[in-house]
Amino acid sequence: MLQRLLSDNFIPTADAGVGALAVSGLSVAYHQRLVLRDVTWTAPAQGLVAVVGPNGAGKSTFLKAVLGLVPSLTGTIEVYGRPLKRQRALIGYVPQRESVDWDFPVSALDVVTMGRYGLIGWGRRIGAKHKQAAMQALDRVGMADFAHRQIGQLSGGQQQRVFLARALAQEARLYFMDEPLAGVDAATEQTILAVLRELDAEGRTVICVHHDLQTVAETFDHVLMLSGGLVAAGPVREALTEENLRRAYGQRASGLLLGPR
Amino acid sequence: MNIDAVTFLSVDLPALLAALFACLSCALVGNFLVLRRQSLMGDAISHAVLPGIVAGFLVAGTRDTFPMLAGALTAALVAGVMIELVRRLGRVEAGAAMGVVFTGLFALGVVLIEQGPARQVDLDADCVLYGQLEAILWLTPGGWSDLADPAIWATLPRQVLQLVAVFAICLTIILIFFKEFTLVSFDPALADTLGLKSGLVQHVIVALAALAAIAAFEAVGSILVIAMLICPAATARLFTDRMVPQLALSLLVGGVTGVGGYGLAAFGPSLLGYDMAVNAAGSIAVLAGIILALSILLAPRYGVLARVTGRVMRGAAA
Repeated sequence: MLQRLLSDNFIPTADAGVGALAVSGLSVAYHQRLVLRDVTWTAPAQGLVAVVGPNGAGKSTFLKAVLGLVPSLTGTIEVYGRPLKRQRALIGYVPQRESVDWDFPVSALDVVTMGRYGLIGWGRRIGAKHKQAAMQALDRVGMADFAHRQIGQLSGGQQQRVFLARALAQEARLYFMDEPLAGVDAATEQTILAVLRELDAEGRTVICVHHDLQTVAETFDHVLMLSGGLVAAGPVREALTEENLRRAYGQRASGLLLGPR
Repeated sequence: MNIDAVTFLSVDLPALLAALFACLSCALVGNFLVLRRQSLMGDAISHAVLPGIVAGFLVAGTRDTFPMLAGALTAALVAGVMIELVRRLGRVEAGAAMGVVFTGLFALGVVLIEQGPARQVDLDADCVLYGQLEAILWLTPGGWSDLADPAIWATLPRQVLQLVAVFAICLTIILIFFKEFTLVSFDPALADTLGLKSGLVQHVIVALAALAAIAAFEAVGSILVIAMLICPAATARLFTDRMVPQLALSLLVGGVTGVGGYGLAAFGPSLLGYDMAVNAAGSIAVLAGIILALSILLAPRYGVLARVTGRVMRGAAA
């Protein structure tokens, strides 16, 4: 707690007690197929949340529906007690790396600066202050030396770090990340995990789709387990149980937590 | 060969200016189609608006811009809905749906031209394909010295003034919303989470492309519109990795192609001793294609030659 108070980026939680994210009765369909059914869940006011579940469980869809990127059939979303539309400035998003065209003629710094566009305002020029903030975000993920590289000339891990830096540049309070650790090199993984811990220490909430069940307990405080709907949610120790895993993954669940260690 | 001042000023200069500004508008807007990998959209727009232009013309009975523009925008909307319908009901990919709809609408436009009273006036199928660059005349200036008088520029033919205005509109909007257009083209999902409606911006981009296409259509025809929406932007992409140089280079390529292509068509044959002129819009489009082909071969980093030699050099080093 002391460390948290001393940190420059500490965010006082005046509205303590209000969850970072309150989802109620969320259902989503893709091509006439119900992907998520009636999810009701309140995220903790602060901490790292892993969204887990088998392939096709609707993890990415959950993030996208919460962010309003895909239409939902039913449900309401509240961010810090207010409708999402009025709280966009508090939200940061790290999409899956495959979601954009990396041949696009922009540099790493250009991409990170895009994270500041909401703060800059539409139709306004990008001031030196914002360039500087973008540069600091790149530095935080160890990518300052690559600022002027075209994004297609970066490795997969470096591209993922650029996406993370862009989210940092947003200076959000609640982050959504879609598999930021998928297929990255060891150095990138260390960087991303360190940044996640920093965000946590600063009092922010990170909701992160995560595919590796074995590392959930090391990094995350909370779990949201999905499989076509809500299976379990809560602190890792309580929610990540053999029984819940069996309900989410079926019989394949046996041994998922132990793994070859 | 000799060209006297009055002929140049009354025939070649207005055609050159029309070609130049048609190319500049299309080249500028085309960047956002090419970078979003929606080049086919340019093709679709320039074809699909034809029945709208003809209908606007038939209803209004004049060649004024406004009715034709209104018709073209209506046709563009109808095309958008039809493409979506064909895609869903026919269960085909978007490219196939576009291909069916825009060729169909273009054919409808040609039928309308042939059947309607348009036949009695100067709207025919040739003009649709190749435009009427050579028919744009500026009869006011009597010599070079007249150009010093600012008032005389206001007497430029309607088509030229329109093309200048459309270019000014496209340039202004893109300069003001450069960062928004770039963001939406690169990552529409991020734009949405930041509260910028990506769908709306994408519609503005398509509307600008339609505006540039419609304005250029009358002067230079549909073939040139398609070439000019795609070729300059695709050429520029081979020489740069940044957005600002990308836009600047595409304008340079578009301008050089427009002026150069017209020059080749108007003066090339007589330089070679033939007493004829080639179709200007056609030769501009051909020149655009040649410049793109040469760039694909010779561009410093992304050219075929550079990539092959790069591979050989790396092979030798390893």
